[in-house]
Amino acid sequence: MTDDGYKAGSNLEKVLAAGKFAVTGECGPPKSADGSVIEKKAQMLKGYVDAVNITDNQTAVVRVSSMASGVQVQQNGVEAIMQMTCRDRNRLAMQADILGASVLGIKNVLCLTGDHMSFGNHPEAKGVHDLDAINLIKMYKDIRDEKKFQCGEEMSVAPALYIGCAENPFADPFEFRALRLQKKIAAGADFMQTQCIFNVPKFKEWMKEVRALGLHQEIKILAGITPLKGVGAAKYMKNFVPGIDVPQEIVDRMASVEKGPPAQAEGKKLAVEMIKELAEVEGVAGVHIMAVEWEEAVPEIVETAGLLPRPAVA
Amino acid sequence: MITAERKPFDEILELVDGHKKILVAGCDTCVAICLTGGEKEAEILASELRMKAQADGREVEVEHTAAIRQCEWEYLDMIAAKVDEADVVLSMACGIGIQSMAEKFAPKLVVPAVNTNMLGMPQEHAVWLERCGACGECVIGETAGICPVVRCSKSLMNGPCGGSHDGKCEVTTPEKEDIDCAWHLIWERLKAQGREELMHKIRPPKDWSKSSSGGPRKMVKEEAKPV
Repeated sequence: MTDDGYKAGSNLEKVLAAGKFAVTGECGPPKSADGSVIEKKAQMLKGYVDAVNITDNQTAVVRVSSMASGVQVQQNGVEAIMQMTCRDRNRLAMQADILGASVLGIKNVLCLTGDHMSFGNHPEAKGVHDLDAINLIKMYKDIRDEKKFQCGEEMSVAPALYIGCAENPFADPFEFRALRLQKKIAAGADFMQTQCIFNVPKFKEWMKEVRALGLHQEIKILAGITPLKGVGAAKYMKNFVPGIDVPQEIVDRMASVEKGPPAQAEGKKLAVEMIKELAEVEGVAGVHIMAVEWEEAVPEIVETAGLLPRPAVA
Repeated sequence: MITAERKPFDEILELVDGHKKILVAGCDTCVAICLTGGEKEAEILASELRMKAQADGREVEVEHTAAIRQCEWEYLDMIAAKVDEADVVLSMACGIGIQSMAEKFAPKLVVPAVNTNMLGMPQEHAVWLERCGACGECVIGETAGICPVVRCSKSLMNGPCGGSHDGKCEVTTPEKEDIDCAWHLIWERLKAQGREELMHKIRPPKDWSKSSSGGPRKMVKEEAKPV
């Protein structure tokens, strides 16, 4: 706990604690040691988001580490949410990395299981999965609140952390999804970001369950938005990305416009409409815009959705 | 063979707590040979449970049985009548047998009385050592018939590491005494075979997708399928 009563005192935590509608973005680090990529993406997002997720070897493809890229975006004036997956590290490394990230100024962490190695560019790799995401959340909470390592040993200075998790309202069994979020809250999650939402009615149904359990009062929920660049992206997500539910009418809508700039404009328009609709859902505290490899779309979407200027909370 | 050890008695009691009719089901294959879960051990556990219930003043019926192999459907048919009568089945088979029972008799409650621990062999009477990790990509043709995946504590492909001392692994402790350094054994046996040049080669990283890292495995033999 910080002196002013925050868990970490990150910008994201302050915005959410003040009851402002939060906006987070997402940045994928590059598949090379090119340091300019993240810098450019950070400059693009600066002033348009409250914090930005830095993916951790997303889809099991090797990239610049989320810690290094997280530090880089912060050097460029955007607060980082460092993603941490259980796929590539055991409990020693996950604790070492969170201490290291904290020393380097990172305050937000998003705890994930991680996409399976078979999806990535090293399918022969051994999956670590020493802990799962729920145990990772608990481990970081105990480090922060009890000043204790997972083994029970004490540390002198605990990192200040704002702990996030993800949940997919569109995965099965549907009836267990809200309960799984409840487990993550019990483990210690402070905020959550959902998988990309395209099926808004189903998301609303899930939120009903979340509210029935009172979970929206215990955790800050950020609804996931992915702007579609074209009908190809819509079809790809519908058919090939596990856990994403893209209704046919969205595919048809994207197919109804010409490829290129008209499709991109339609994709941004759809994203704005969805943000406005999701913002009205009771219990939604913000949006998480995942425009991976299309970060330049974010400023226009945020502006058109009426979410500017981003709040400055002291 | 697959080896297993019986769970602590208190844990077993907790697993069957509240149930009135318990069936202890042994398996007369691997777990019988490693003296953990055959018919004899099932009978012993059943009487321990009865004595404990009596001492606690609880009314519990405990029966025992054994399948020739719990991991094959046809052998489970032979014990089905006894399973039907029980509230809970305490299986003493390996994890494979327990799951076969749980699937065959679902939703009957089937719980484990043992911890399955390894694929190993009796090195001497009453001592079993791990020998195989079922990694799906056997390398022992080049390592003198000694598995570095499970017999090296670090699963090195290019050992021994700096912790090898007097032929022993650095993980050797008073509790885990005398762990041989697998790579020391490999070196000595390759020399005896006149094949030590195999140690000079840099062995590439293993393909762990063929092990459990690739997800649950499945084996199909098309040629053996009924026509």
